[in-house]
Amino acid sequence: MDLTYTPQQQAFRAELRAWLAANVPDKPLPSFDTAEGFEAHRQWEKTLASGNWGMVTWPEAYGGRGCDLIDWLIFEEEYYRAGAPLRVNQNGIFLLGPTLMEYGTSEQKTRFITAMAKGEEIWAQGWSEPNAGSDMASIRCRADRDGDSFVINGQKIWSTRAVYADYVFGLFRTDPSSERHHGLSFVLVPLDAEGVTVRPIPQLNGLPGFAEIFFDDVRVSDFNLLGGEGEGWKIAMATAGFERGLMLRSPARFQQASRRLVELYRERRQDILDPSIEEAVVRCYMDAEAYALSTYQTASRLCAGGSIGPESSCNKIFWSEMDLLIHETAMNLLGARAEIEPQTSAEFADLGQWLDGFLFAQSGPIYAGTNEIQRNIIAERMLGMPRR
Amino acid sequence: MNFTFSEDQLAYRDAVESMLVNEVTAERIRARWDTESGTDAALLAQIHELGLTTMLVPESLGGLGLNATDFVLLAELCGKVALPESLVDTALVSLPMLVDVLDRGLGNRTVQTVLEAVAAGEASVACAHPINPHVNFAAQADWLLVAQGDAVYLLPRSAVTLSEHKSVDPSRRLSTVEFDANPEACVASGAAGAELWRATLNRGALGSAAQLLGLAQGMIERTVTYSADREQFGRPIGVNQAVKHLLADCAVQIEYARPVIHRAAYTVSVAPTRADWAVSHAKAAAARAATLTARQSIQVHGAMGYTWECDLQIWAKHAWALAREWGDVGFHKNRVHEWLLQPKALLGPEYTFGKRSLIDSASPSTDV
Repeated sequence: MDLTYTPQQQAFRAELRAWLAANVPDKPLPSFDTAEGFEAHRQWEKTLASGNWGMVTWPEAYGGRGCDLIDWLIFEEEYYRAGAPLRVNQNGIFLLGPTLMEYGTSEQKTRFITAMAKGEEIWAQGWSEPNAGSDMASIRCRADRDGDSFVINGQKIWSTRAVYADYVFGLFRTDPSSERHHGLSFVLVPLDAEGVTVRPIPQLNGLPGFAEIFFDDVRVSDFNLLGGEGEGWKIAMATAGFERGLMLRSPARFQQASRRLVELYRERRQDILDPSIEEAVVRCYMDAEAYALSTYQTASRLCAGGSIGPESSCNKIFWSEMDLLIHETAMNLLGARAEIEPQTSAEFADLGQWLDGFLFAQSGPIYAGTNEIQRNIIAERMLGMPRR
Repeated sequence: MNFTFSEDQLAYRDAVESMLVNEVTAERIRARWDTESGTDAALLAQIHELGLTTMLVPESLGGLGLNATDFVLLAELCGKVALPESLVDTALVSLPMLVDVLDRGLGNRTVQTVLEAVAAGEASVACAHPINPHVNFAAQADWLLVAQGDAVYLLPRSAVTLSEHKSVDPSRRLSTVEFDANPEACVASGAAGAELWRATLNRGALGSAAQLLGLAQGMIERTVTYSADREQFGRPIGVNQAVKHLLADCAVQIEYARPVIHRAAYTVSVAPTRADWAVSHAKAAAARAATLTARQSIQVHGAMGYTWECDLQIWAKHAWALAREWGDVGFHKNRVHEWLLQPKALLGPEYTFGKRSLIDSASPSTDV
C-alpha cells in the first residue's frame, strides 16, 4: 500500500491543472438541456479534445492518452476543482465508450470512439420503454434484420440528452419470437435517420432533459450492431456495470459539492438554529471522502488485474443518497430563500447553484437502476440471500 | 498510488483467519463468560506464538517490526470472530505506546523490561487511556499504563486499585483504575506525555474501528444464513424485499467504512502525527456500520434475536461496547468538525490524500 502519487502522476496533475486554468470558461455555460447550452457544451468537448483531454483512459489512437484509472481519478479531481463544465457526452464517454472498448470491432472503435473523443458526436441512451423501466427485459422495440441492415420499429422513453444528441445506443429485440433477456441486441442509431421522431419531455426543472423516441421503419446498417446478434443483454449489463461501477459518478463531483457545502456552512453557521445541520455537514464531507477512498481502492484493484464484483451495486446507493443529503443540507442552510431561482435576480446571486443540484439529486436514486433494484442485487448477488 | 494490500499481508490474514475461525467459536466464547478471567489462556499462548501480540514491536525488542497497515486486517478478523481477548488493545495500543516511549528516549529500565517480558510471552500490559472510563482486562494485566494529567505512568498491577464493573457484554472484564502517582514510575510528562496519549488514542480508535468493521461482517453473515434457513409462509424469510433491504443497507455502510479504515491504518503507520482526521472518520464510519448492522440483524432474527440463546448477542453487544470506547461517535465527529472549520484546512477533491491535521494543514504537500 502506498497512498502517495508517483512523480508521473504529479506531473500529469500539474499539466492538467495548468491546461484547465487556461481553458475553462470564466462563466458557467448555460444548461446543456437548452439548445444554446448544448452547443456551448459540444464546443467545450471539442476544446477538451484539442488538448487530448477528451477521455484520458482511451488509447492514443482514439484520441486518448492511454492513462490508467488512477490517472482518471486525478483527471476528475482536477476537472471538478477547476469548475469545468459538465460532460454533455457522459452517456458516450463513460457508458458507451468502455462498452465499445470491450465489445466493438476495431472498425467500430475507430469510427465511433474517435468521434466521441473529438466531441463530434454526442450520445443519448435508449434503454427504457413505456412498459420496460426497472424491468428492462420487457423491451419490445424491434430491430428486424433485412439483409445487411436492421429495420427498427417501436418506442423508447426517458432518453437522457436525446433532444439534441446525434446518436442513441440501446437494446432492441432482434429476434421477434424471443422473450425476456433473450433475443436482444445492442444497436447504435443515428437520431437524424429517416423515421426517427424525438419528442422532448421536460424534467423537474422545466428543461427537456428527457425525450421519447419513436422509430418508424428506421433503417440502420448492421455495422452499428455492437457485439453479436442476441448478445445485447450481456453487453447492456456490462454498460450498467461501468455506470454503477466506477465511471458515471466520479467521487470528485461529490467532494467538490461537499467542499462548497462546508464553505456555505462556514458563512452561515452563526445563523443556524437546527443543530442537526452541523452533523449533516460533517457526514457529507466524510461520505464524499469515503466514496473517493473506495473508488481509489477499486481502481487500484482493477489496475492490479482484479475485476468489479456485485459490491459495485453499493456505490449507486451510496452516492445518490449522499447527493441528496448534500443538497438538502445546503437548502437547509439557505433557509426560506432556498426556493428562489438564483438566475432570476441579481439580489439572489449568492444562492449559488444549489437549487439546480437539489432538483437533480431527486433523480439520483432513480436513474441507472433504481436504488430498490440495487438493494435486491446487493442482497441476492453480494450477500447471497435467497431469491425465492 | 496503490491502495491494495500485498500478497504477504493477505496470505497472513488468511492464515490467521483459519486459526481464529477454528479456535474462537460461539461455544468457547460462552464458556469464557462463566470464568473469572474471561480469557482462554491456551488461545492467548497460540496467538502469541503466531507473533500477533508483538507484531508492531521492533525486531530488536523481540517483535516482528511491522506496522498498523500490516495489523489492520487482523484487527478486522478479531471483530469478525468476536474475539474476547484483548489482542488488539495489546498489540496496537499498549505495546506501541511503550515502544513510543523508548523511541522518544524517555522512560526507565522498567519500560524495556516490560516490553521484553511481553514479547517473550511472560507478562501482559494494559492501557488506561483517559478517554476510556474503564479498562478492559485490567485485572488480568501484569502492568498498566495510566495517566495523571499528561503524565504517563507504568505501574505493576499490585500498585493500582481496581474496581470491577460488569459490562452488558459478558466478553468484557472492565475495571476503573486508581493509583498513587509514584514519581519513579513516571515514564513521560508534559508535552511528550500529551503526544503519547494523543497517538495512543488514535491507535486505540483505529483498533476499535477495524474490529467494528469485522463485527458488522460477522453479524451480516450470520443473519444472511438465518434468513435463508428460517421459513414463514412456506418460504425463507430472506426472499422478502423488506428483509433484503434491511441487510443491503448494512452492506452499503460496511463497504464504505472499509477503505476509510484502511486509509486510517496507513496514515497511523506513515504519518502518525497527522492521523487525527483519518482515524476519527474511520471510527465514526465503523461505529455507524456496526450499530446499524446490530440493529437490523436483531430485527431479521425476530424474537430469536432478543434471546440469550441466540449467538448474535455475542457480536451485537461487543459492537455496542466498542462503538463507544476510544471516543464515541460524537467525540470523533467533533474532531472532524473542528478540522472542517479551520480556515486553512485543505478541502476538496484534489486533497483526497492531502495532509490532514490541525497542526500543519497549511502545508501544500499532497502526501498523506
